[in-house]
Amino acid sequence: MRAPRPKAAIAAVAVAALAVAGCAESDRGGSGSKDTLVFGVAGDPKVLDPSLASDGESLRVARQIFETLVRPEEGGTKITPGLAESWTPDSTGTVWTFKLRSGVKFHDGTDFNAEAVCVNFNRWYNATGLMQSPDVTPYWQDVMGGFAKNEREDLPPSLFKSCTAKDATTVELAFTRPSSKIPAALMLPSFSIHSPKALEQYQASTIGGSADNIQYPPYAMSHPTGTGPYKFKSWDVANKTLTLERYEGYSGPAAKIKTIVFKTIPDENARKQALRSGDIQGYDLVGPADVKPLQDEGFNVLTRPAFNILYLAINQKGNPKLADIRVRQAIAHALNRQALVDSKLPPGAKVAIQFMPDTVEGWNPSVRTYEYDVNKAKQLLAEAGATNLTLRFHYPTEVTRPYMPNPKDIFELLSADLQAVGIKVEPIPLKWSPDYLNATTAGSAHDLHLLGWTGDYGDAYNFIGTMFDRQKDEWGFNNPELFALFEKADKTADQAARYELYKELNAKVMEFLPGVPISHSPPAIVFAKDVTGVKASPLTDERFSTAEFTS
Amino acid sequence: MFRFIVRRLLQLIPALFGLSILLFIWLHKLPGGPESAILGERGTPEMRAAIRENLGLDEPILVQYGRFMKRMIQLDLGTSIATKREVTTEFLERFPGTVELALTAMIIAIALGIPLGYLAARRRGRFLDHVSVAGSLVGVCVPVFFLAYVLKAIFAENLHLFPSSGRQDPTIDATRVTNFFVLDGLLTREWDAAADALWHLVLPGLALASIPLAIIVRITRASVLEVLGEDYIRTAEAKGLTERMVRNRHVLRNAMLPVSTTIGLLTGSLLSGAVLTETVFAFSGIGAFIADSINQRDYPVLMGFIMIIAVIFVLVNLIVDLSYSLIDPRVRVR
Repeated sequence: MRAPRPKAAIAAVAVAALAVAGCAESDRGGSGSKDTLVFGVAGDPKVLDPSLASDGESLRVARQIFETLVRPEEGGTKITPGLAESWTPDSTGTVWTFKLRSGVKFHDGTDFNAEAVCVNFNRWYNATGLMQSPDVTPYWQDVMGGFAKNEREDLPPSLFKSCTAKDATTVELAFTRPSSKIPAALMLPSFSIHSPKALEQYQASTIGGSADNIQYPPYAMSHPTGTGPYKFKSWDVANKTLTLERYEGYSGPAAKIKTIVFKTIPDENARKQALRSGDIQGYDLVGPADVKPLQDEGFNVLTRPAFNILYLAINQKGNPKLADIRVRQAIAHALNRQALVDSKLPPGAKVAIQFMPDTVEGWNPSVRTYEYDVNKAKQLLAEAGATNLTLRFHYPTEVTRPYMPNPKDIFELLSADLQAVGIKVEPIPLKWSPDYLNATTAGSAHDLHLLGWTGDYGDAYNFIGTMFDRQKDEWGFNNPELFALFEKADKTADQAARYELYKELNAKVMEFLPGVPISHSPPAIVFAKDVTGVKASPLTDERFSTAEFTS
Repeated sequence: MFRFIVRRLLQLIPALFGLSILLFIWLHKLPGGPESAILGERGTPEMRAAIRENLGLDEPILVQYGRFMKRMIQLDLGTSIATKREVTTEFLERFPGTVELALTAMIIAIALGIPLGYLAARRRGRFLDHVSVAGSLVGVCVPVFFLAYVLKAIFAENLHLFPSSGRQDPTIDATRVTNFFVLDGLLTREWDAAADALWHLVLPGLALASIPLAIIVRITRASVLEVLGEDYIRTAEAKGLTERMVRNRHVLRNAMLPVSTTIGLLTGSLLSGAVLTETVFAFSGIGAFIADSINQRDYPVLMGFIMIIAVIFVLVNLIVDLSYSLIDPRVRVR
């Protein structure tokens, strides 16, 4: 018997392939790469409806498609007009009147007006069921607390109260109390205004499945509809690309580049190689060590003003010695933060003297500072009777954060500083995901740990309030006087008065020294040699509509 | 043969059942959970607790397993915790990439490996033999990611010959049918799309092929050497057959059995190599996605993907077993 021939098999497959070749139809439109900017990002976006998003990549996409009532100034953090031309609080600071821009249309051709604003706020406020899950509406819960009808016991009452459309271009937002978050937090992409028609048509609020099996609605996966300079075109998960196209009916200056493609390249080196080989024309999260070489090669490296803080947290509950202010001061004096900034952080990084960057109102130039002084540290430890101190020092592995490009290096330097003044260090490395945050922000089995914060919007409370306005396991202290002052600041509607309170708070925090602020790092973003027009934003609010190719 | 296939498929059921139990226990015994990956720095302990409760992670493991099995029996693999998309959809969008990559690597490895191994054996002790043996040693030793960086630095960054990342140029705007990009290009007659997808496969395919190529060269060489010493080869040569006939009819056919077994086994190592290759080349496939899912403790994705891969693995090995009878008519499957 003859064995079957491989050639016959190949021929059969070829015939079959030709036979099915007639079955599928091409549905492509025109193509062309002349007017396209491909931008490398570190991760896939999670969702296209920013109301449901908290990850940077989803928000970056949303910022091009959507607009908010107020928005940060280009390249800064100050509040400037967005869909609203002006905004004024009443005397109690609880009712804000927004005057809206007229002549604005959503991508689906419907009108933007006061009614549309209320549809959006009511959608968030009246959310029920799975929409109240903390991983579904994270920023609403962060800013507004709860909902019209809270379905979980741990949810606080809602800060938002109601929305009234006074006329087509006037809308009134009422809140249950004055808050430092208003109007600054309304700059967050999560408060983007969507087309009411599209929200309804694509069941934007219908979260399917069950609590352990959440499914996003069609709106959130493929039909985001806003008023921004770009509109959504396609999301090709199989090719890790998301494509946006210029919205010709945009009410502001039209986008200069027709098509923007966000291409996911998780590996930092791979992003750099893709830029050099011309696959992409820009990317974010440039490694600190790459900034200088890329600049030297002629690429447009933009450095964002630092809008973050890296700190060494001290937990007063884990080790009773740490409740002694002298021990905390000794730790602060022991650390050579300038050397750390000079050797391990990107160009432009600065030593932090308080827990927020100086670009935010309320920063206090005259807080108590703790200069590097080994002898003073030793003396303070001796006074406190803590000469034989061993501290558990947590640091994360397998992660880079904008404020902490290389946790292990930072840990090693700080740990050496501590050992130099006689503090023994027990290193506890943990994987960032999923162990590190659990270990350092709950329980009390941690003494020291590295963590940080990137600001969401330009208000001091978003930094220091998030960290110190109540008792938290991360820090393990109870300071009712401090907490009361935070509450007072939060409820002060008068801006100037509130900024003064922030200064006072910063002074008090640095006196109490719950941890040691280490540094502010400016993250960098890079574009190809021939791409200009984008302004780096401390809030990562880069606007691709101003990008252009200079040939 | 039919009964053989049915029996092998039936054996899948208890195997999958056992695998699902082991996997489930292992995953849920890993420290940590998905909640901190979802929430990041912003999560409070209360929010994390709420998510754990929502996901049912506080319930006894048996209850959780029961819920998983109930879905599994209905062929519903659930949705990803991280992306909130259906696990099956995620798989169908990513798996074709890995298959294209693995196939490319396999084709490169076989097309180069068998001739090289054969020639090395035929010219034993001569220059080509030494080069092949040394080369295959290097191939096994060089880490895939390092090779990938070197390939990219030369062919993408400096020579601009090949793209350094991705599966297809996004500006091509190709039509998707099966998510096998090359096949889709052929099916829709978008020839440029198919060519571009092939072009994107070259560098990652080479990087991933390095280890299998080295192994195939060595196994082929050893196997051919063994066959060359057999009496029937001497007989064939003595009776005046051309070298080509000896090679095709007698040497290669007999030497191929161990090689085809090795190729079947290499399929598994290709999957693990694909994790690195996919990451370095930003190639959308299941390898990098599984690695992310482990970090994020995305239980449904891990369970679903590994179960599907197990099924595919069994099927591939079944095909390999069937292929023995093609190569060697004496082997009969029963």
